[in-house]
Amino acid sequence: MNTPVSRQDETDLDGLLEHCNALRLAPAPDADLLPEGFTGMLGHFPVYFPEEIAHAAGLLPVAVLGGGNRLELKHADARMGSFVCSICRSTTELGLNGSLAGLAGFVTHPICDAAKHLAGIWARNLPEQLSEILYLPQNVNTPSVVRYITAEYQRLRGDLERRTGRPIGDDALRRSIGIYNENRRLLRDLYALRRDEPWKLSCTESYLLTRARTRMPCEEHNALLEGALDAIRRRSLRAKDKPRVVFVGGFCEQPPVEMLEVIDDNCYVTDDDLLVGLRWLTTDVPEAGDPIWALAESFVERSAASPVQHDERKPKEAWLMRMITESRADGAILTAAKFCEPGLDEQVAWSKHLDGARVPYLVLEFEEKMTSFEQMAMQVETFAESLLFALA
Amino acid sequence: MTTATLEPAAEGVPAAIPFDSRADGQRLMRDWYTALAEAPARGQHVANVFVMGNAVEILRTFDFQLVFPEINSLQTGVRKASEEYLRLSEDYGMSPDVCSYVKADVGLILKEHQHPAGRIPKAHLAIASNMCSTFIKWAEIWERLLKTPTFVLDLPGQRAGNWQVRPGDAQHAADARWVEAQMRDLIERCETITGKRFDMDRLAEVEERVNRMVFHWNSVMALNRACPAPYNAMLDGLTYIGIMNVYRGTAEGVEFMRALEEQLKAKVARGEGRVAEERFRLLFSGTPCYVSMRRLVELFETWGGVFAYSDYLTFAAGGMDAGELVYDTSRPLESLAEVTALAAQRGLSNQFFAHERLEQQIRDYGVDGIVFHGIKSCRFVSSGMADTRDYLNKRLKVPSLYIESDLIDPRYWSDAQIKNRVDAFFESLHQRGGGAPLAKAAAAATGGAA
Ligand code: SF4
Ligand code: SF4
Repeated sequence: MNTPVSRQDETDLDGLLEHCNALRLAPAPDADLLPEGFTGMLGHFPVYFPEEIAHAAGLLPVAVLGGGNRLELKHADARMGSFVCSICRSTTELGLNGSLAGLAGFVTHPICDAAKHLAGIWARNLPEQLSEILYLPQNVNTPSVVRYITAEYQRLRGDLERRTGRPIGDDALRRSIGIYNENRRLLRDLYALRRDEPWKLSCTESYLLTRARTRMPCEEHNALLEGALDAIRRRSLRAKDKPRVVFVGGFCEQPPVEMLEVIDDNCYVTDDDLLVGLRWLTTDVPEAGDPIWALAESFVERSAASPVQHDERKPKEAWLMRMITESRADGAILTAAKFCEPGLDEQVAWSKHLDGARVPYLVLEFEEKMTSFEQMAMQVETFAESLLFALA
Repeated sequence: MTTATLEPAAEGVPAAIPFDSRADGQRLMRDWYTALAEAPARGQHVANVFVMGNAVEILRTFDFQLVFPEINSLQTGVRKASEEYLRLSEDYGMSPDVCSYVKADVGLILKEHQHPAGRIPKAHLAIASNMCSTFIKWAEIWERLLKTPTFVLDLPGQRAGNWQVRPGDAQHAADARWVEAQMRDLIERCETITGKRFDMDRLAEVEERVNRMVFHWNSVMALNRACPAPYNAMLDGLTYIGIMNVYRGTAEGVEFMRALEEQLKAKVARGEGRVAEERFRLLFSGTPCYVSMRRLVELFETWGGVFAYSDYLTFAAGGMDAGELVYDTSRPLESLAEVTALAAQRGLSNQFFAHERLEQQIRDYGVDGIVFHGIKSCRFVSSGMADTRDYLNKRLKVPSLYIESDLIDPRYWSDAQIKNRVDAFFESLHQRGGGAPLAKAAAAATGGAA
């Protein structure tokens, strides 16, 4: 079937991953070097944002994912309490220090109260940018919710049209939906590959490949993923004696890459909720009919789950159990970002549930700004050993 | 908002009436807790609701006994019993970094619903709104631990700075349609749970009483624009909003607010203030520290500082603080949705753009300084506070003080540190030449700005 990967291909894949990592470190692409077809950039905060609408407007969607562990906070310390999660504080810093000055706007969501406050911070400090809260509903179970989301997306569409000075046609939206459908398919393939042959692709590599979409047009990312998937499939790596685990808690604030590497060193991560917003719509969005309605309906009917979205149909424990079962994991790593209220609350619920279900798990707390991982490495190693012992 | 309450004293000042807002308020709260404890014996259905963005009007129509878990939690603080509940929940696994109201409530569940004020019944239904995102996580805890059916009322909030929504405009109509759809859904669920048919006339009656309560409440808030301020927004005001919430839409609630307005009007007419000599009018932004609120207020009042206004009075009383937020009882359900959608934006979610409302309140209440109370427990009010403070400092040059403690966790109260900061704040206010009570009183008496 697959011909083994050549040394050249492996080098190419390494180069690609290097490139993805370099993209990760930039707060936003250079506003003067926008890809063809784009007149500006629209920043959006986790978790989910309907990028298709910005894409069709000719605004490059740029996920604002905090400052990582290399950003020094010079302004944000005085503007946000020490009890607020790191991603909100570093996003504030990036706003205040001019790193996001190239954005035409910044959209946040009602995922938590700290995230909603970012819209106020933007309104006070970056009034020249279009800044708003896209009020995605926390009740997706009342009939007519699709109609409400449609109205909210139409509002956003109108705002972007006014900002760019050009209409967003239905055809342009359908085209964008098609491009993103392709991306969704590729990302599903990526995750299927990790589930089936996790030794071929680490969690860190998968994360870097996925995250690259936040800094380039989706069509470019599709090409990148296709090439990467091809090379990964042909990798001739062998399975090692590592336990299979699911990683959850990375839905908003980004765990440091070093933390993911520590986990990769000891476990195969067969599923995760990293960048789940980029994978929020789980199957294709219909490309026929009203495109805005199709996006709104997909938010309700074809979507993932996370601690920041209430949905009576998707208890979060059941979602976690499904991830564990479907990816044939032996255990779970339950993380939460420090000071992340929804994440910390969920962590308790998850751990109580796994206790009852007798699924082994490890609880970790992280911050995007962490720089020391020795202690975490020891915890993960011990956990992995205990899993292997139990499996032996 | 009516300005009639700000008229100068009429001839023949009315005599004080036998209404004691504190004692009467406490009695009403005691009665409520008694009613809670007795609800199961009465066979009454029980609903958990939050103070922001609930659908109390609908629940009252179905005769639900209302439980306000936030009030239960704060009462553990007021009664100096919170630490036990907090520790229980932390031992259970709750993080020290989450809202302490939630933790106290988890402690309450672990103590089998035994509250210092009595036994709290289990709810048959919980309504959470998205106004504070923690409400949803909190309700999910009940779903898990108590199997409480939960309805999340999603209220589209203020989307951006300078957000102008007028009743009846396209945006408001779209938002109200969504809220109405949810209320219809909720009504169906209430019918299933209680086995009762929804009665539109009863809804109109409840709304009529809410209208009257809100009318008096708005007057009560406006009365504190007078100098000297007749009450302290962060002490007396806390009793008032307790009644606004717990007795919303009831005859007792209307009577309390009516009597309160009358009493305060008389006080203003007599020129009587909360403190003997009002020297500084202050605005409090944030949530209280219920374990030490008397102490905190004392630290300010010894300097002649009174909290004339607090944004807590607005959002924690349900956000209905504008004259146009009145139910049209001829179309009860539509109107409930319209007013709820508007209140969500004007009185609740505008917390995320707090500078806009505070700028207005600073002018309306003629304040000399703002006190920001940041607490890690409540990111709903605290996350944007330091930035708001910075913005207002630069724009309005109003002196401000930032202090930190907690809602109900006594471990975060540092008396000496807070006292030092309060004292330094007043010293700087003095140096600015503030604290000239007589001039202000004279200005108020002649209708001028203080
Ligand atoms: S990390 Fe948690 S608290 Fe912070 S913005 Fe994201 S969801 Fe909110
Ligand atoms: S975070 Fe604040 S507003 Fe929300 S439940 Fe806790 S105390 Fe109340």
